[in-house]
Amino acid sequence: MDDELAQIFDECRELVEDTDFPAVRRWLAANPDGKVLGHFQVYFPEELAHAAGMLPIKILGGPSSLQIRQADARFAAFVCSIIRSSLELALTDKVDFLSLFVTHPICDAARHSCGVWARNLPDLPCQILYLPHNVRSAYARDYLEGEYRRIAGIIEDVTGRPVTDEALRASIEVFNENRRLLRELYRIKRETPWLVSCVEAYLLTRTGALMPREEHSNLLRRALPLLQAREAKPQDKIRVVFEGGFCEQPPLEMLSVIQDACYVVDDDLMIGLRWLVEDVPADGDPFAALAEAYIERSSYSPVQRDPEKPKEEMLIRRIREANAEAAIVAAAKMCEPGLEEQVAYSRALDEAEIPHLVMEFEEKTNVFEQVRMEVETFAESLLFEFA
Amino acid sequence: MTPKDGAAPHAELIGATRTESRRLMEQWWQNLEAAENEGRPVANVFVMGSLAEILATFDIPMSFPEITSLQTAVRGKSMDYLTAAEDYGYSPDICGYVKVDVGVHLKGREHPNGKLPKPSLVVSPNTCNTYIKWSEIWERIYGCPVFVLDLPGWRGTAAAGMTLEDFERDRAYVEGQLRELIALCEQVTGTPFDIDRLREVMGEVNELSELYQQVLAENRHHPAPFDAMLEGLNFMGIANAYRGVPEGTEFLRIALAELRERVRLGMGAIPEEKYRLLLIGTACYSHFRRFLELFHGWGGVFVHSEYMSFGGGGIDRGIAYDLDRPIESLAEQILSSSGKCFSGIFFSQDWQADIVGGWDIDGICYHGIKSCRTVSTGLPDTREWQMREHDIPGLFIQSDLVDARLWSDAQMKNRVDAFFEALASRKAQARR
Repeated sequence: MDDELAQIFDECRELVEDTDFPAVRRWLAANPDGKVLGHFQVYFPEELAHAAGMLPIKILGGPSSLQIRQADARFAAFVCSIIRSSLELALTDKVDFLSLFVTHPICDAARHSCGVWARNLPDLPCQILYLPHNVRSAYARDYLEGEYRRIAGIIEDVTGRPVTDEALRASIEVFNENRRLLRELYRIKRETPWLVSCVEAYLLTRTGALMPREEHSNLLRRALPLLQAREAKPQDKIRVVFEGGFCEQPPLEMLSVIQDACYVVDDDLMIGLRWLVEDVPADGDPFAALAEAYIERSSYSPVQRDPEKPKEEMLIRRIREANAEAAIVAAAKMCEPGLEEQVAYSRALDEAEIPHLVMEFEEKTNVFEQVRMEVETFAESLLFEFA
Repeated sequence: MTPKDGAAPHAELIGATRTESRRLMEQWWQNLEAAENEGRPVANVFVMGSLAEILATFDIPMSFPEITSLQTAVRGKSMDYLTAAEDYGYSPDICGYVKVDVGVHLKGREHPNGKLPKPSLVVSPNTCNTYIKWSEIWERIYGCPVFVLDLPGWRGTAAAGMTLEDFERDRAYVEGQLRELIALCEQVTGTPFDIDRLREVMGEVNELSELYQQVLAENRHHPAPFDAMLEGLNFMGIANAYRGVPEGTEFLRIALAELRERVRLGMGAIPEEKYRLLLIGTACYSHFRRFLELFHGWGGVFVHSEYMSFGGGGIDRGIAYDLDRPIESLAEQILSSSGKCFSGIFFSQDWQADIVGGWDIDGICYHGIKSCRTVSTGLPDTREWQMREHDIPGLFIQSDLVDARLWSDAQMKNRVDAFFEALASRKAQARR
């Protein structure tokens, strides 16, 4: 059993660290006429691409081993790493299989990214899916439904296949199932964190961004029972929530350092894959259902303003629901929304008397001694305090 | 100076713009302070989509935190506020305007120009993502309502492009939001909406936009009568602060008359114009004069700037409101000007090339701002594009809006000097 799990995690790690996108290339080998849609963080309704037979994947930068050479010359100095490394993948033909690239107005670096990609990759259609910033306007839902239809039209042009209501409903079912399995993974993590480490849960989640979703669901179906059957015992570790991984991802080694000292019982890592927190109704108008779900059945992040989901309150709720004792409030370097939200989070946690550690990270960091020292000191001081 | 047409110089026109802009800026501060003292609501708004048309209809004074933040740097005081915000927890890597403003609020709203009013309402367009985060800071401090005006912008490249149907959907969304903002203004002021008053305000903006375009066009002359990064910023600031009110329109009339007189007299922005430049990015307010000296010393004049476009509130491409259907027309025009001027900055290479041709420009200066990803992110790539596709020389330099720590004088001077040497050599080759 442990061997099988170890094999699963090895496969996942390879997929996450291999910038040649092996799962995508396998899919293309089996589907020679297949088209791939790459979308930048945070959330994209992948069902739209799936319904037209496309393979939707996330473009979310690269591991610390990825050398950024060409992309640095395209951006100003003070831009986050994920924007640079994502372009580097494109300029070095690592994602030469893309037929469409979509980004979002999550921040101004991401909006500029569309222009930079378009100038440098003139044969690749580059789009911005304008997710609404005023989600509580009475007009937002209709607007978003229309915006989804517009993107579906572009997908139809690229694939030559219509996005029918029937196909879209079927895709919604596929993704609902996948999100259910991810919720189950996170339930295990919250309730029995000794059965699945932070890195393991992360690998299982992140691979969903890199392979066909049916394949990913099969992977989760294999892994989840094995995790629950593990014979691990709880250790004397503090329970923390990790916040700050909504866009650029911390290096695996950093998560590993954190899990050595703490149980990470919940987080916002790869939140886009888990953005919809309930099933999307698969009856009725599927475009309307996806738009409704984006607004009403969704998580939170620093790049979405929703007055009904004040972010500090949402974080505190996440901490309480996970029965966590503390939080690690991180932000990617040069990430304007993340760094701004970090201050609000920290102040709110102070007020709620929830201990927390504030830190910055970068996907390309490869020295972790400082992080280890900070996290260990934080964890030990809390263990001492709680004792 | 002898006018080309032989008529006597109109001495009273020269300098009139400067006097009037000072008066108006002082009056703007006084109005804000008076509103606070009298308990009247004040709105915090932004230059890239202030919604002045609706706020002026309700007589709600507008406070522009971008303008008040830059004013601290021009007066050499921004570091006090920046460090106060950093001590509070804000990163050195975020928007300097935000941090200066947070610093002002942390210091009891005491600003070198006066006391900033407490916002009763915030109108935050999405034209810069940081606007929204900034607004949430005031929301947390004061509990004031924040209205995010979502203006769907440039959508990228694809064979299909944007259709009329797509535009109509965006327009309906924007119109709906405008109606929601009107309801919120009624609630904040206790005053019912008056559509005829809105028509008056929009009529003023029509004129303002026409005049602003004419002002910009005066710089097609050789020599250019004003520097877009010096006086141009005054034109832009007043056009924002007084958008939709007669004083703003009158100010641009005064400016236009003075510029035409300067052109008639052959007066340039600097004594000897040798190079005509376009600036992409924004000003460096912490070293405002020094920045210009580096260019003026070589005879370089900024005859246009993208800043005067997006920072001017979108009036440079022309606004023609249909006063018979004001709200619908407001939605159309805001959406359209936002697409061209605000989110247009994400893909503005064609606009830049057009300006270079139309204003007879020798080169482009791309000024990257450390703390502003909105204007800076893609500048090196755009520079490369213009050089490759249109053979337009480009200079890329970096500093900041308000953070004096990010100014490196030797580095800036070296780069600027090298750029002008290259331009000189290019001109010499062209003459051969």
